[in-house]
Amino acid sequence: MTTLNVNGRDVAVDLPADTPLLWALRDGLHMNGTKFGCGMSLCGACTVHVDGQATRACVTPLSAVAGKKVTTIEAVGDSDVGRRVQQAWIDLDVVQCGYCQSGQIMSATALLAKTPRPSDEDIDAAMSGNICRCGTYVRIRKAIRQAAGMPAEDAA
Amino acid sequence: MNAPHIAGALTRRHFLKVGAAATGGLLLELSLPGAQAFAALDSGQPLAPNAFIRIARDGTVTLVMHKVEMGQGTYTSLPQLLAEELEVSLDSVRLEHAPPDNARYADPMLGAQITGGSTSIRSSWTPLREAGATARELLIRAAAKTWDADPAQLRARNGEVFHPTQRKSLRYGELVDIAATLPVPEKVALKDAKDFRLVGKPVKRLDGPGKVNGTAAFGLDTLRPGMKIASVAASPVFGGTLAGIDEAAALKVPGVRQVVKLENAVAVVADHTWAAKQGLAACAPRWHEGAHAGLDLAQVTSQLEQASLQPGAVAHRAGDAGAVLAGASRRVDAVYHSPFLAHATMEPVNCTVEVKNGEVDIWVGTQVPVIAQGVAAGVAGVATEKVRIHNHLLGGGFGRRLEVDFIAQAVAIAKQVRAPVKVVWSREEDVQHDMYRPYYVDRLSAALDDKGMPVAWTHRIAGSSIMARFFPPAFKDGVDPDAVDGAVELPYALPAMQVEFLRVEPPGIPTAFWRGVGPTRNGFVVEGFIDELAAAAGQDPVAYRRALIKDARARAVLDLAAQKASWDTPRPPRKGVRGGRGVALMHVFGSYIAQVAEVEVNDDGEVRVVRMTCAIDCGFAVNPDTVAAQMEGGIVFGLSAALWGEVKIANGRVQQSNFHDYRVMRMNDMPRIDVHVVPSAEAPGGAGEPGTSLAIPALANAVFAATGTRIRALPIGEQLQKA
Repeated sequence: MTTLNVNGRDVAVDLPADTPLLWALRDGLHMNGTKFGCGMSLCGACTVHVDGQATRACVTPLSAVAGKKVTTIEAVGDSDVGRRVQQAWIDLDVVQCGYCQSGQIMSATALLAKTPRPSDEDIDAAMSGNICRCGTYVRIRKAIRQAAGMPAEDAA
Repeated sequence: MNAPHIAGALTRRHFLKVGAAATGGLLLELSLPGAQAFAALDSGQPLAPNAFIRIARDGTVTLVMHKVEMGQGTYTSLPQLLAEELEVSLDSVRLEHAPPDNARYADPMLGAQITGGSTSIRSSWTPLREAGATARELLIRAAAKTWDADPAQLRARNGEVFHPTQRKSLRYGELVDIAATLPVPEKVALKDAKDFRLVGKPVKRLDGPGKVNGTAAFGLDTLRPGMKIASVAASPVFGGTLAGIDEAAALKVPGVRQVVKLENAVAVVADHTWAAKQGLAACAPRWHEGAHAGLDLAQVTSQLEQASLQPGAVAHRAGDAGAVLAGASRRVDAVYHSPFLAHATMEPVNCTVEVKNGEVDIWVGTQVPVIAQGVAAGVAGVATEKVRIHNHLLGGGFGRRLEVDFIAQAVAIAKQVRAPVKVVWSREEDVQHDMYRPYYVDRLSAALDDKGMPVAWTHRIAGSSIMARFFPPAFKDGVDPDAVDGAVELPYALPAMQVEFLRVEPPGIPTAFWRGVGPTRNGFVVEGFIDELAAAAGQDPVAYRRALIKDARARAVLDLAAQKASWDTPRPPRKGVRGGRGVALMHVFGSYIAQVAEVEVNDDGEVRVVRMTCAIDCGFAVNPDTVAAQMEGGIVFGLSAALWGEVKIANGRVQQSNFHDYRVMRMNDMPRIDVHVVPSAEAPGGAGEPGTSLAIPALANAVFAATGTRIRALPIGEQLQKA
């Protein structure tokens, strides 16, 4: 039994301590917003926040998050930054198939929480771990800039 | 996939039936037009509806359609068409996944209940608007009857019928029961485009909110009471069979409940995914490798190269290209190679099945619910109507979810499990047991006149016929109509032309449609070869194409893309890189598209795509923002393939396994992308696939412009790196 705090609530998960957080969320807590994409921290679909840090849940064992605060897509909108990111995603119609977007939004929110006005290089660095096969990257970049209150494109 | 077997444009003729819904309210059944519908009309057969509209007493409008949402925006653009004419708000229309029923939901262009081939808007454009207008007219007449008024005096707006002079109104919900008793109007007037509120406007996606808050439900999100999870390993060698496992070791893993052996795979069934994965590793399957144990990619390519030396089935012939070539003083010859490709949808392959009391329930995201139902019934040994398909949003399709191999496998596993079981493939399984975009070898020759313009063109395509397996009636006289799509009807005037197809199936390797299908490979090949001819003639690639264009719409998109990409303004030189621009032009999926790629190649031979400029004339754009999004995404999909996409085979096994060795575009690889949607009143064309088809040749031609190296084999990969 591992106890952690998910979206502000203390929960006990009755799964082996080496179970990746991804499967603890999905199979143990039936929270399906966090997605499985690669299992090897290569695609970012499973991104959550652990104590505010963007973290790939597919390679993070439960034991590593015991007693920590985990935030998932289901509650990212509770923060001001997360809400602005979600709204920008809707305003710019970022999503296509949508499968990767939970992870994209979690990565983008973690970026803006730390770097409120990111440069294009900051965006590249924070977002390059998140793959989107529909190719929504153009709009993801614009949405991050909009959520940051910046113009859609760099003057350069 | 494409819809080549239905010739000609769609017409407005279709069926419509109106009546009361079983639950009360108004029900419209409509039959989208197509070959079958016309045949039925001519023979006086009864209505065969393939789409349904229900307007309930509470005013809710439900559109039950055969199309699935896999990112292309169908679940927004189809309701747009209906809501426009029905005079309701877009958010009052709910779109429901249709159950599998070919008789009802067959796509008229595809002849089956399939989402693919960039067909959704093209087959729904007129009938959905007419259905909306018919319902509106019926509701107006119902109000006229209630008020004893002249229907011509009444107007519909925002879900209500109102009397403009007497200042009274009735909501649709209050009128549906009367409307259901009225005769169907003979004729209805469609709105003038200038009065459109929704159609042609960049309205927001209806599936947006659910996809940004984690509530959108994909197949993998299925939860059933008592559900188990299965991890699967299929034979790593094509055609291999299961030789043995250590079942006891698997069962020792806490949470593992059962091991299911199939002929060519093993599944470990557990209470949760982690146990299933560990159980699968513990059971250490051994394999009989079978006939393909020694298969290497080189065998496939040499088989294709050899075969393509022989004449193929003639797909298209105009003039005597062979004779012109034989007598030509100047000719250009080239051989192009296109690799096997994986789909790598973000949602890995999965399928949840419960087999109970002779009935089968399937929770999955599929582009082909009817085929899925039939295959599941066969595997389960039950009648088709005993199989229920619960369709979901698709976490990417790209052609992968046109296939049902994984559904058959999941049913075979579930037959042996006394619980609902969610079968989930690892990413490695997904990449190594995909059904692949086939490897093709294309041979082209052209004769040039003294000005360097082509006077004869031959193109021979050798490779797998997906259509021969997927839809056998379309494979006629040795020609796969999809494999030659984009090679036959070129936007260029070529006096003598011959296109041939040679069906050569790779040993043991399953092949399937992949975004952009025939045109994606033919675009690379044809637009690459045209570029070679321009280079041979010493002419500018845009000017050369322009001189050959026979169609004003093609010329317009070429000119627009060239202008927006500053084609005529030389790139400022940058130290350490060689830069260049490349162009491509196609008329495919009913749309005209031109793209210009701008690249930089550094001293290490690494290609960076700087900018992509796209001009598309897809006729009337129902949702121009969705069209732009499909171009942006299609371009990214094409760039991934052109730069790195390649599935290699060694010892009968796929060598790639996950995103580290099947590389795809990421944020830091991204170019700037500018899309220009040409305003048009022509009938809508497709948008889901052509962005991909054009990006590849535009990029390859830009690499040539930058480096002088002609890309005749994909991916570009490390071809430019100095030895």
